[in-house]
Amino acid sequence: MSDPRPSPAVNAPQELAIRVRDVVVGFGSKLVLKGLDLDVRRGEVLGFVGGSGTGKSVLTRAILGLVPKRGGVIEVFGQNLDELSQAQARRMGQRWGVLFQHGALFSGLTVGQNIQVPMREYLDISQELMDELAFLKLDLVGLPRDAAFKYPSELSGGMIKRAALARALALDPEIVFLDEPTSGLDPIGAADFDELIATLQRTLGLTVYMVTHDLDSLYSICDRIAALADGKIIATGTVEDLLASDHPWLRSYFHGARSRQVMASRPAMAGG
Amino acid sequence: MREAGGPYFDSAGQGAARAFVLAGEWTIEHGAALEEAGAALARAGQGAQSLALDLSSVAALDTAGAWVIDKARSQLAAAGVNASVRHRDASQALLMKEAEFRTFEIALPASGSPAKELLSDVGESVYSAWRDFVGGISFLGQVVYTLFRALLQPTRLRFTSIVYHIENFAFRGLPIIALINFLVGCIVAQQGIFQLQQFGATAFAVDLIGILVLRELAVLLTAIMIAGRSGSAITAELGSMKMREEIDALRVMGLDPIEVLVLPRILALIISLPLLTFLADISALFGGLLVAWSYGDISPEVFMARLKSAIAFNTFMVGIIKAPFMALVIGMIASIEGFGVQGSAESLGRQVTASVVKAIFMVIVVDGLFAMFFAAINY
Repeated sequence: MSDPRPSPAVNAPQELAIRVRDVVVGFGSKLVLKGLDLDVRRGEVLGFVGGSGTGKSVLTRAILGLVPKRGGVIEVFGQNLDELSQAQARRMGQRWGVLFQHGALFSGLTVGQNIQVPMREYLDISQELMDELAFLKLDLVGLPRDAAFKYPSELSGGMIKRAALARALALDPEIVFLDEPTSGLDPIGAADFDELIATLQRTLGLTVYMVTHDLDSLYSICDRIAALADGKIIATGTVEDLLASDHPWLRSYFHGARSRQVMASRPAMAGG
Repeated sequence: MREAGGPYFDSAGQGAARAFVLAGEWTIEHGAALEEAGAALARAGQGAQSLALDLSSVAALDTAGAWVIDKARSQLAAAGVNASVRHRDASQALLMKEAEFRTFEIALPASGSPAKELLSDVGESVYSAWRDFVGGISFLGQVVYTLFRALLQPTRLRFTSIVYHIENFAFRGLPIIALINFLVGCIVAQQGIFQLQQFGATAFAVDLIGILVLRELAVLLTAIMIAGRSGSAITAELGSMKMREEIDALRVMGLDPIEVLVLPRILALIISLPLLTFLADISALFGGLLVAWSYGDISPEVFMARLKSAIAFNTFMVGIIKAPFMALVIGMIASIEGFGVQGSAESLGRQVTASVVKAIFMVIVVDGLFAMFFAAINY
């Protein structure tokens, strides 16, 4: 391959996985993103926050090419997404994995088959190896092995998230997009899921782009946080940087009652 | 031929103690090459007493690569080779640990013999046909019960909803139904005139058109079109509502899905189908008139006079009477199939197909029953 990937867990902090510049996205006469800039570094966990309806999902979908943008440049691994040939676009599909908010598992396929869809599509490997890798992914995300034979409609919400994460990881992508991975999970399940993402990130050297509302996730696993308001990134940095910001939305977000509770339960974080 | 950058290994040392130096990218994007490299590793190591797999020169490693390497190691271990892995750094070690070889002993769903399966499939279909029949009757009972309850309290009839569905079924369906009946009227007229010419009985083509269209064709074609156009829509609507728990939402609010969703649709169908049949009659007769005029030299005046003597009010009524019954059958089947949708997109497709096929089949069966009935009472 033309671009050798770095060995897992070797972080090159300067190298950018995603570079978004001056992106404008609108629907009808309403602009959702107004010239937005964002950098995601390789190997980091970036948490992406913003009020409901501010365009977090729109930006994620714009990066993934699911929403047309009116202007600006989006580069992933240094490649401008607008200038990809069809072959390069297919290649890009192998290098990123996406966990949709509601899983988006193919309802007509079992979990095992779901995980094997990208393998079948992109790789020429034996069914035996595909089965083994599918089970390996199930082990990685902490699902019981008999889940491989179940259909998505037979799974609980938490299991669907895990199965969808297993599918997103099927091709060992370099970057995963997680859209509210812990929404709809109970606090223990959500903490498990955070732990899982952190472990996977350490093991596989993943870059994680995570849209979340979950303050626990932000405090526990995110290296950096980007906050979106009024169609622009209003702040990026560590939790401490954002706590120090005096933007009104950030103040109410991080200094609200719920945030204070989370902070209080994490004395280790207070010192930084 | 090795893929550029793909996984490979070089062997060092001879005899009992050997070492393989792994290099290149042991990643899943190399697919078959990766699988082959793992198998080659297991083959090449056979016979050695101790073997070290050295990962220090590996350019890239992922879970699939780690899995393939560890699988080879465990295969060698099973063959009596003392195989070990030398990592370069902690991240490789972590990865090798996560993707450690393990066996997956899963009880696959057992499949019986083909003969047994055939028998059980046949039994299942017979049973499900019976269940469909019983289910249909109980559903009809539910609909009728709901209808009477609604008649006692007319506000529960959901007048707005009924009108909305009539607009969808009848008004928006009218153009295509009128067009199809017009064309079929033309074709029947042309064939009738063409075949009857040989006996010099061209004028009887008008009787043929009038009786055939009014008694059978218009209502049958209209019902089949409605089964395909509106029956499928009802099944898909109810089915996707079921998939998204919207039906359950209605239930917990204390609303009866049959009253809220099914009754308005069935009533709208029962009102729409006779109206459409009437217009289909006119449109088919008009098609027949045009062809008789242009192709058979039967002037409109002669056509009308002939038609008047050939048909009576009951000819028209035979077609119209059947329409509401066919509408009921279509609406019932569409609703039952819609409520039968399970969680998957595939099942939605299956139920919509079943809905249309069963509805068209039952429309024809109902038509046959009515033909026997009308013959028996000499109507």
